[in-house]
Amino acid sequence: MTQMTTQGTTAAAGAQIRRGVSLYSFQEEFFLRKMTLEDCVAACASMGALGIETLAEQMMPGFPNLSDRFYDDWHRMMAQYGTTPVCHDMFLDTKRFRGRVLSDDEQVASIERDLRHAHRLGCTVMRVLMFVRPEILVRCIPLAERYGVRMGVEIHAPLHLSHPWILRYSEVMERENSPFLGYVLDMGIFTDHFPPVMMERFRRQGATPEIIEHVRAAYDARTLPEYVINDVREMGGTPLDIGMAEVLRHNLWSNPKHLLEHMPRIFHVHGKFYEMDDQDRETSLGYEQVIPVLVQGGYQGYICSEYEGNRHIQDAFEIDSVEQVRRHQRMLARLLGEREAAHV
Amino acid sequence: MFDRYIVVEDTLKNVPDGVQFGARLPYYRGLGLSMIEAVDVTLDGQSVPPEDVSVTLSGQTYRVPDMEHEPDAVWNFGEVGTVTVRRPAGLPPGEHEVSVRFRLRVSYLPMLLTGQDRKVLRVGT
Repeated sequence: MTQMTTQGTTAAAGAQIRRGVSLYSFQEEFFLRKMTLEDCVAACASMGALGIETLAEQMMPGFPNLSDRFYDDWHRMMAQYGTTPVCHDMFLDTKRFRGRVLSDDEQVASIERDLRHAHRLGCTVMRVLMFVRPEILVRCIPLAERYGVRMGVEIHAPLHLSHPWILRYSEVMERENSPFLGYVLDMGIFTDHFPPVMMERFRRQGATPEIIEHVRAAYDARTLPEYVINDVREMGGTPLDIGMAEVLRHNLWSNPKHLLEHMPRIFHVHGKFYEMDDQDRETSLGYEQVIPVLVQGGYQGYICSEYEGNRHIQDAFEIDSVEQVRRHQRMLARLLGEREAAHV
Repeated sequence: MFDRYIVVEDTLKNVPDGVQFGARLPYYRGLGLSMIEAVDVTLDGQSVPPEDVSVTLSGQTYRVPDMEHEPDAVWNFGEVGTVTVRRPAGLPPGEHEVSVRFRLRVSYLPMLLTGQDRKVLRVGT
C-alpha cells in the first residue's frame, strides 16, 4: 500500500497531486463585488486548497499595468494564507484592432507580457489558449525559459488528446523537446453525461421533454452529435431543441487512458465542474475514472477546481460558488486518498 | 453570460441634456474598448443612434463610435459603467424600459459574442 499524506498522494507511482482552485470559480461573487481578490484567496485556504490560479483580466484591474504595490500585496496575501501561486491564465487578443489581426511580433510581445506577469506572481505554469498558433509558441520558448514559466496549451473540449488540432502541438513539442512546452488538461474532455445543469436550463427555456430525454440518452450512448441533431430535426424539434442537441458538439467523453502517454507533458489540470450534488459528486464529469489514471501515470502537479456552473443557473438561481468549490475540494480530497478530508 | 446583470437596477436618472443608467459588460473578463463592436441602447422600445450614446469608465467618457480607437482603455470585469444617452428632454417620471445589447469581438471565438438585457427602471429624482 502506498503512503498517503494530507496533501497529495502515493509515493509508489511517483504521483504528487495537490489541490488548488482557479479563482475563475468565484467570478459571480467578484463580478457583483460580493468578494474581493483577498476574499477569494482566503476561501481557498480555508478548504486546504493551497494552489491558486488566476485570470489577471478578471480580478486584477489595470492589468497589464500593475503596480509594484499590487505585486507586493499579492505576495503578502500568499504568505498570510499559506497559499502558492500556481497558474496564470493568459489571453491573446489577436482581434484587438478592428479590421486586422495582430502581427506575429505583436502576438509574441503580448505573450511575453503574460510570462512576465506570471513570473512576478510566482506562477510556474501559464495556461495558453489552444487557438495560439504552435509557431508563435515556439518563438516564445526562450522567453518562457528566461521567466521560468512553463507554457501549457489548454486541451479543452471539443478537442481532446488525439484531435488533429492538438496533434499539431504534439508534433511541435516532440520536435522542440523543450521542458517549457506542454499541456494544461481541462476535465471537460471527460464529460460522461450531458451536464444536467445545461439540460435543466433548456427545460426552463421550454425545450420539448421527449427530445430532452432523447438527447440525454443519445449522449450516454456516445452517439455522434451530427446524428443526434438530425434525429431532433426529424422529431420536429424547435430551434431551442436543436440548440440543445448542438451542445453535444462542444462536449465529449474521451478515454482517460490516453493520458498515460502524455503524462510528462501535462503541467496542470483544470478541475472544471458544472455542479456538485449534496453527496459531493460531480453530476456529469468522469472524476472517478480520471483521477486513478493521473495517479497511475505519476502526475505531478495541481488540480485546480474550476466552477463553471454559474453561467448555466444564473438565470434562475442564487449562486454559491464557495459552497460548490468546497464540495468539489471534498471530492478531490476523497479521490486523492487524503486521510483528513473531513476538514475540507 | 451575466446578461441579467447588464442593466443595473435603480440607476436610471435624468441629467442635463440626457438620461443616465449603469451597465456592466456581459463577459468573464475585462475587455479593451476597441473590442466592443456595439452597444445598442433602446429606451421604451426606441433605438438610440450610437453617436448619442457614451460610456463613462473610471472618470473617462467615451462616445460609442470612438470606442474602437481605444484599445488600451479597459472595461473591467464587473465594473459598472455609466451610460449616458443624449436626450435633451429627458424622460418623464415613472417606469421606462431600458434595453442594452453588446456585441463583443473575442479573439478565440469565430463569431461575435452577444449579450443583452432589458429591464423596467423607474426614473429617480
